[in-house]
Amino acid sequence: MLNRRTFVGLATAVALTASSLLAAANDAKSILLQSTTSTANSGLFDYLLPLFTEKTGIRVDVVAVGTGQAIKNAENGDGDVLFVHAKADEEAFVAAGHGVKRFDVMYNDFVVVGPKADPAGVAGGRDAAAALKAIADVEAPFASRGDDSGTYKAELKLWQKAKVDVKAASGGWYRETGSGMGQTLNVAAGMGAYALTDRATWAAFENKGDLAVLVEGDTALFNQYGVILVNPEKHPTVKADLGQTFVDWLVSKEGQAAIAGFTIGGEQLFYPNATPSGS
Amino acid sequence: MQDFGAAFRLAGHLLVSGDPDLLEIVARSLAVSLGAVLVACLIGLPLGALIGFLRFPGRRAIVVFLNALMGLPPVVIGLLVYMMLSRAGPLGPLGLLYTPTAMVIAQAVLVTPLVAALARQTVETLAAEYDEYFQSLAVPWHAALGALLWDGRSALVTVALAGFGRAIAEVGAVIIVGGNIDHLTRVMTTAIALETSKGDLALALALGMVLILLSVGVNAAVMGVRSRAVEAGHG
Repeated sequence: MLNRRTFVGLATAVALTASSLLAAANDAKSILLQSTTSTANSGLFDYLLPLFTEKTGIRVDVVAVGTGQAIKNAENGDGDVLFVHAKADEEAFVAAGHGVKRFDVMYNDFVVVGPKADPAGVAGGRDAAAALKAIADVEAPFASRGDDSGTYKAELKLWQKAKVDVKAASGGWYRETGSGMGQTLNVAAGMGAYALTDRATWAAFENKGDLAVLVEGDTALFNQYGVILVNPEKHPTVKADLGQTFVDWLVSKEGQAAIAGFTIGGEQLFYPNATPSGS
Repeated sequence: MQDFGAAFRLAGHLLVSGDPDLLEIVARSLAVSLGAVLVACLIGLPLGALIGFLRFPGRRAIVVFLNALMGLPPVVIGLLVYMMLSRAGPLGPLGLLYTPTAMVIAQAVLVTPLVAALARQTVETLAAEYDEYFQSLAVPWHAALGALLWDGRSALVTVALAGFGRAIAEVGAVIIVGGNIDHLTRVMTTAIALETSKGDLALALALGMVLILLSVGVNAAVMGVRSRAVEAGHG
């Protein structure tokens, strides 16, 4: 029976192709890095990780999600190294025994972006909290991450400093997108809203539309990144040796120089500031 | 919006140049979704046929439940499979999270109810036609089931294609259990989500066009095989 054979043949072909392609998930030396969208989407990892792989032969697989989700994933043991930007949460992660030790790696800053028409008149200012207060006063649309990310936590601190109750305005002028930085910038570009973003994601973002950087340079906009090896005593599947090699390289002279060498359009986006002792 | 024109040009360029990264992602998308549909058919077709063929108490409730499962949101399935496969979950020791296998599992869970529910409908209609014939010849139930599945194959291929359509188009489940890792678990839909989040709308749309072409290609290929099989059957 030709047609029955055709059917069986087709199914077998599909099964073979699928299994061979799926088996290509190779078992080479690799680590799983739980990190944030800002480091991946800015292109930093595309530049940095091949340098590390070339030197050590260790491939780094990156899961790029919000800081909150990355920490949660690492707490579940689903990752070897955590590389995020919410220092208090990172320290809590280590204190709870999920991480071995936290190291500062690099910093950059957040910026307030908004429509060039600037209805709140905040352009050129340096005081981020004052700018947010001005935006709240005129009830100009503000697109917030509204997730558990490092950027959202930084934003909430600024609102607190500005003494603005954004929860009350949520759904009105304050719009929580509940999504990543890039998606939130897409929303802000689409509705002419203000937003807080890390400088790296902003620099690499290609759908800026009518948005521009309006407020920058406030010390409250400081954005510190840290790296932590997930604790192999708590999570036995962690590739401790390979993960430690990556952590060591990031804070080494060589890794730090590599981070400083990453630019977009001539602009340096991350500033290395590792201290060998860690915290 | 000049992005539309740019997207068309970019899609054409990507296809003509045979961009290796694109080909890799296309191959992975196909492998994951075809694999998932295969698993879904192996489970869903017999299951759906049994429910369509047999008469037992509570059957109507099961049919309603099965039909309702067709509407399960991919992101919920992704979350459930994530919680099962996470190192902290019951299947954690298998180490499957963030692998293409995890993506196949998630999509198979997503598609199996769809395949089973649609197969149930097909087989039920056919079983009503064949009922007298089976009874007069005293055909054993398993042979009858095989005959029903085989004679309904033309409609069941469409069922499988519907399953494939749901699998290849979803992003919610695979992005959670796969992690969208470059060169490991990135597929068409997660790549589109990524490029959108980078604000590269033209590239995202171009990838979307490639995905549509891919889906058209798979459907055309299956139709071709089916019509040839039908011709051979008549000849």
